[in-house]
Amino acid sequence: MKDTIEIRWHGRGGQGAKTAALLLADVAFKTGKYVQGFPEYGPERMGAPITAYNRVSANPITIHSNIYYPDYVAVVDDSLLETIDVTHGLKPEGAIIVNTRKSKEEITAMLNGYQGEVYTIDAKDISVKALGKNYPNSPMLAAVVAVTGVMEPEVFLKEMRASFEHKFAKKPEVIDGNMKALQMTLDAVK
Amino acid sequence: MAIRERLSGNEAVAYAIKQINPDVMPAFPITPSTEIPQYVATYIANGEIDTEFIHVESEHSAMSATIGASAAGARALTATSSCGMALMWEELYVAASDRLPIVLALVNRALTGPININADHSDSMGARDSGWIQIYAESNQEVYDNFLQAFPIAEHPDVHLPVMICQDGFITSHGVENILLVEDEKVKEFVGEYHPEHFLLNNKEPMAVGPYAVSNYYMETKRAQREAMKNAKKVILEMADKFEKLTGRKYSFFEEYKMEDAEYAVVIIGSAAGTCKAAIDHIRETTGKKVGLVKIRVFRPFPEEELAEALKDMKAIAVMDRSEMFSATSGPLGAEVRAALYQAKSNAEVVNYFYGLGGRDITVEDFQQVYANLEVMAETHEVKGMYDYIGLREK
Repeated sequence: MKDTIEIRWHGRGGQGAKTAALLLADVAFKTGKYVQGFPEYGPERMGAPITAYNRVSANPITIHSNIYYPDYVAVVDDSLLETIDVTHGLKPEGAIIVNTRKSKEEITAMLNGYQGEVYTIDAKDISVKALGKNYPNSPMLAAVVAVTGVMEPEVFLKEMRASFEHKFAKKPEVIDGNMKALQMTLDAVK
Repeated sequence: MAIRERLSGNEAVAYAIKQINPDVMPAFPITPSTEIPQYVATYIANGEIDTEFIHVESEHSAMSATIGASAAGARALTATSSCGMALMWEELYVAASDRLPIVLALVNRALTGPININADHSDSMGARDSGWIQIYAESNQEVYDNFLQAFPIAEHPDVHLPVMICQDGFITSHGVENILLVEDEKVKEFVGEYHPEHFLLNNKEPMAVGPYAVSNYYMETKRAQREAMKNAKKVILEMADKFEKLTGRKYSFFEEYKMEDAEYAVVIIGSAAGTCKAAIDHIRETTGKKVGLVKIRVFRPFPEEELAEALKDMKAIAVMDRSEMFSATSGPLGAEVRAALYQAKSNAEVVNYFYGLGGRDITVEDFQQVYANLEVMAETHEVKGMYDYIGLREK
């Protein structure tokens, strides 16, 4: 992993792209990293395109600008590919991760000739199978961890279990479902 | 041992409030400061602190109630942003002239219009003449540290002035970063208990707060406020010193970054200073050019002589304002830094840039351009006009 990795998230208001960015900051923080997780705010409303960002580094981070040349881009909703140039500034040695039911070939054709790696994950399918509900956040987070290598998958799973145990102390039945969603994603991301 | 955490700027301020457990917090929600009273209300509801939270119907009332509580003898504070502070306008002056040690957590946001929710300093810069001490932060760590120092400065017998603790809306208020927290008992010891000398609820000393002053008295009260502001300089440094002993983190009126041998300097306030530091590191690493930064922490009182001393050997200086004041010439920081340099008979070329208004982003590359511009100015001894823009679209 290079010294600092920069990630840009694209989603729609209400889908949890900001939450996913904050979760990634959280779990990277727990592995001893310096982190930033921040949203770009506009006139927020449900369904409107939103952007969120992460910086993860071994050293303190002082930069407070948005990220224009990300190492990785994560797209929570593939309908954004039609209206937003999600690979804008994305480094060719980096990668893009898209939550979609479409094939990798179909997605690649929609990325304005992006030359880097393209990964797809059907976060909805995984979430419904593992949790019985469509919460794409956990699978997207796992996919980003798997692709970026920001931490080892085992460390990630261990930290996430601790975090779910804390967060869902009163709803322990959802812990296993969430952990299953993470494991399924780590196995499925391609 | 400090507590390693990751918090947003709003969470950090709310956490500091929890650790201080003040007596009274009246507040009215406004973006992007809303989370602060929200978190504090949660702490109160959970029984973690016993602060009296007052739900008010406007910011005018929020500051009025804070003034009332403080005059009564309570340790009182509130939080707001932008138009919320504009609605407190009248009371800001009342708080300062009544010499009440109130703390205001201000999350800087542009004033309307057009309506905009993002970071700029037009709210606090507009209030720079209201008699409040103003302390600004680059990061979540700094806004937390500044907040812990606020009451000790405000309540010091030589000061007795309200303090505004400012941070940039969304950029730090909603951005999660690493932070080192001070343990509760150390915070309690550092901030101390508040025992006002004079207060309304003291039945042994009947008094009035905020009465009418005829011309025969008004001017002397203004002089007294000025003296308190001058005293604040000494007390701010004392508290910074005490805080450094507690945490190892050093604070002053401003931070000097790579200024030991610098020839070109940026003077700036707030979160963009961190982005500028990254530009400085890059320029020094790749070209060896002697570039540095002066980041203003304390804008009121204004550290005029100290700034002039720090900038005296510069060939060229860019003073950067994140707010308009429509003088049709310099912005607020630009004008005051120029005045300080004139007084010190500086020969540096000085340009004043407006940047980041209404949350317009400023990048490492923008700062690289600023330093390149300074180099040209130093060589040609030519500055095009009193001000210019960074990041403005011309087409």
